[in-house]
Amino acid sequence: MINKLIFFYFAAVILISAILMITRRNPIHSVLFMLLLFFHIAGLFVLLNAEFLAAVQLIVYAGAILILYLFVVMLLNVDKESAAVRANRFWPWMIAFGILIAGEIVLLVLRGTFPANAGQLPMRLGSGVGALGKELYTKYLLPFEIASIVLLVGLVGAVMLAKIKTKE
Amino acid sequence: MIPLSWYVILSAALFTIGVVGVFSRRNIFILLMSIELMLNAANINFIAFSHYLQSLAGQIFVIFVITVAAAEAAVALAIIILIARNRGSVYVDDFNIMKG
Repeated sequence: MINKLIFFYFAAVILISAILMITRRNPIHSVLFMLLLFFHIAGLFVLLNAEFLAAVQLIVYAGAILILYLFVVMLLNVDKESAAVRANRFWPWMIAFGILIAGEIVLLVLRGTFPANAGQLPMRLGSGVGALGKELYTKYLLPFEIASIVLLVGLVGAVMLAKIKTKE
Repeated sequence: MIPLSWYVILSAALFTIGVVGVFSRRNIFILLMSIELMLNAANINFIAFSHYLQSLAGQIFVIFVITVAAAEAAVALAIIILIARNRGSVYVDDFNIMKG
């Protein structure tokens, strides 16, 4: 019962802050709502026994990616043009389209059956950081190395793009 | 215990909000953050199924998703800075130099 109450709290805050995030006029407010959303998603991860990923979510998403966004928003000084039109002219169609997609997914999920609740099947592996690291460095070693190459490409690409001189 | 379908419905709603954000806003920062929103909806799905099936494969995949999201944010923000310097705008309607 208490688990369900905690889930409802997290789900409500996630959905409300997501809606506020895509409707705010000032991008800085959007970034701050995104921060609230990431904290509550990390709480949801703790509820699902993924403590390490909750920490990664807070450190990488909230601490690195979102701060990068905030830096660039402040660097480009976009809030001075906040009187411009927020959405393009198709937005009512897009909202109807979104409701259609969501309704379709919810219908499919409700018609399908899941044989057990989450966490009821017997535990095969230990959870926690140790088991995750063992799995990551043995079975998923090649994808791990590819992920490091992706990060290297991102690093070099960002530096190269930032170095280009633009003509005035 | 919380049924798995609640997590799936939550992540479907979050993904849909991200889709609506990408298709209806004009500010390029909101577009990119909506993409992050969709990635997070997928992450919730992965971790819920990982907990449900008691397998760590979902959690491993979430680590890779976060890695790719970090690389994507770095490159995308560099491109945005360049576009904003060249065109003087962060609204996607103004980026139409390839229109015939």
